[in-house]
Amino acid sequence: MERIPILKMGDALLVTIQVDMHDRLAMTLQDDLTARIVKHRSKGVLIDISALEIVDSFIGRMLDNIAAMSKILDAETVVVGMRPAVAITLVELGLSLKGVRTALNVERGMDVIRARLSGGDVDLVRQSS
Amino acid sequence: MPTQQIAAELPRLIEKHEGKLLAEWLRLQEGSGALQSGRLSRGDLEKQSREFLAAFQRAIAGGNIDDVSAPSFANLRDLIEEVAQARATQGFSPRETTTFVFSLKQPLFNLISAEYGDKPELIVSQAWTISTLLDQFGLQTMESYQKNREDVIRRQQEEISELSTPVVQLWNGILALPLIGTLDSSRTQVVMENLLQRIVDTEAEIAIIDITGVPTVDTLVAQHLLKTVAAARLMGADCLISGIRPQIAQTIVHLGVELNVVSKATMADAFAIALQRIGSTITRSEKGNKG
Repeated sequence: MERIPILKMGDALLVTIQVDMHDRLAMTLQDDLTARIVKHRSKGVLIDISALEIVDSFIGRMLDNIAAMSKILDAETVVVGMRPAVAITLVELGLSLKGVRTALNVERGMDVIRARLSGGDVDLVRQSS
Repeated sequence: MPTQQIAAELPRLIEKHEGKLLAEWLRLQEGSGALQSGRLSRGDLEKQSREFLAAFQRAIAGGNIDDVSAPSFANLRDLIEEVAQARATQGFSPRETTTFVFSLKQPLFNLISAEYGDKPELIVSQAWTISTLLDQFGLQTMESYQKNREDVIRRQQEEISELSTPVVQLWNGILALPLIGTLDSSRTQVVMENLLQRIVDTEAEIAIIDITGVPTVDTLVAQHLLKTVAAARLMGADCLISGIRPQIAQTIVHLGVELNVVSKATMADAFAIALQRIGSTITRSEKGNKG
């Protein structure tokens, strides 16, 4: 069965969505991800959706759900690399993903997670450097 | 007299008295002020009139005098469109433009009454045919004129919407979006697309939306603003709103709109916050202190 790979990077998990999401794939990802967070006791989840061109309300809600589930398991979710068209679609659908942190690209997303891992906010970390 | 006969008679008459007709027509057009503002030279007017008269004569000689959409009138229709467009571009009023065609009536009537002075029924039928024809051409002139004006308006609208949605890079990682004019859904779409694309291009972290130039903020405008902010946030950029005038602050509160965005009164304040967020500061240089 088709699966989206989940990579472990230290205390964080990296999910890169390279294919068009369909509903079953999204549900599998949700299952796998929660299982991996518990298994590795991860503190951060980075979801790269820069290759995702089409979203619907289901995928939007799934991102929101993943963020909420991760939060319960004490991991912060950062969604990175959203395309302008996807952002506009989600907003028009009324899904502004309030519970999800976002960043422009993977690099920035890792900064956010690293900041959390070192126990401070991203702004504080960067200012001291 | 049936129309076929008119079709045969009239072109002959026009051809015979062309010079006289043209002179009288030009005199009438001048009398109605076609040349007054200097937008049109005497030579151009004469050329247009001569061409029109010639095309008119050829068109009615081709028969089908009742049907102005017939192929024999194609030449004349093109000519009318050309004249109407030129007038619209030169800034003539609708009245001045249609006078070009309507002022031909009188010379033609004079011609007919001089020719058929002894046969009133002929004058009436000829006059009726000519009048109907010229009315059609007048309407067509008006239509072309209107179409040209609408094209101008449409082009200007596009230009305005392009002009009023620039995205400016203020600093490395800071974008500014000075909004001018009322935000409607179609403009919000353009603004949003521009902003998001620039966020991708410049890898900006913070966007300042300045609404100094937005005349009124109602619930709809506020909703559009919030949509833009939400979309930018999804891309990983934070938005600040600046340039909120006192009246607008009052309106927003009276309407009960929750902006839920960091907002500052001036762009300068917002810029200071933005700099602080990306960890940059501006300091006065030594040279500046002394100077």
